[in-house]
Amino acid sequence: MIDKDKIVSALYEAIDEINEFRPQGQRLEKALDTRLFGAGGVLDSIGLVSFIVAVEQRIAEVFGTSITLADERALSQRNSPFRSIGSLADYISKLLGEVSGVPSTHGTG
Amino acid sequence: MGLDRKRIFITGTRKGIGAFLVRYYAARGFMVCGCSRGEAEFDLKNYRHFCADVSDEAQTLKIFSTIRKEYGGLDILVNNAGVASMNHCLLTPYRSVRKIVDTNIIGTFLFCREAAKLMQAQGYGRIVNFATIATPLKLEGEAVYAASKAAVVCLTEVLARELAPFGITVNAVGPTPIKTDLIRSVPQDKLDALLQRQAIPRYGKMEDIANVIDFFIRPESDFITGQVIYLGGV
Repeated sequence: MIDKDKIVSALYEAIDEINEFRPQGQRLEKALDTRLFGAGGVLDSIGLVSFIVAVEQRIAEVFGTSITLADERALSQRNSPFRSIGSLADYISKLLGEVSGVPSTHGTG
Repeated sequence: MGLDRKRIFITGTRKGIGAFLVRYYAARGFMVCGCSRGEAEFDLKNYRHFCADVSDEAQTLKIFSTIRKEYGGLDILVNNAGVASMNHCLLTPYRSVRKIVDTNIIGTFLFCREAAKLMQAQGYGRIVNFATIATPLKLEGEAVYAASKAAVVCLTEVLARELAPFGITVNAVGPTPIKTDLIRSVPQDKLDALLQRQAIPRYGKMEDIANVIDFFIRPESDFITGQVIYLGGV
């Protein structure tokens, strides 16, 4: 099974990384319901790009697999995987499951 | 230039301009990394060589993963790797077209993308691509090469805008003919005619290219982006 906790930890590490460059008040909170992008989201489009790059790097380090988060498939979904940390963790779990052939555990958000 | 901002990656370093640039920047205290399909023919203390095809995404990702882990980031990318094939369009094989497109366009794009991922994390970066005077001069016999470099110019201009918010500049240098392998098969009378179309009708020197790169990569050039400087007054 894909370890969802490991994905969430990787996401929190990516948050730490980009928070270093963000002013107080605009930092991301390490919580599954943190809104990332869109209504109520903390990130603007450039901030989202930086965050996705940081997440892809962390996932590659932790799982040894390169995944592409912002492809046509992600962008065309009715419910964007980038709306919250939880939805992003679910989406990453799904992608990793497809790459490895291992099913993911149940969703986090 | 201070001691920081001196981690530079140069593609296509086995010979020609790339090999010159490795020695040039290594001699100036830069930490130089580079790649080519074959092994490097020189051994320098502050140079690290990667064997890779720039148009191979998996190999490119591996290089940048190593750079990130071992050097903690990258300040400058010089996309020198390029191939040319000079021939009449009616006699240009598909394989040559594919190779030129893969190396010159896809290779340049992949390296820009992966380098910019490292650079954006530090809010600073300099990317220098390679154009050619064959594009503005619309040289006969170089249709695919000139077109591929027109694409590089376009990439340079668009990436300059996309990467500006991250403190990354993207520019290009457009060399005139320089005595390297790239023009070895071009007849002398064609080269002479070409030089006459330049404002300054002489062959370029490696130092002419390094001079433009030096200008683009200076930390003080942070307001210079999306520009192409052609040598020889073209």
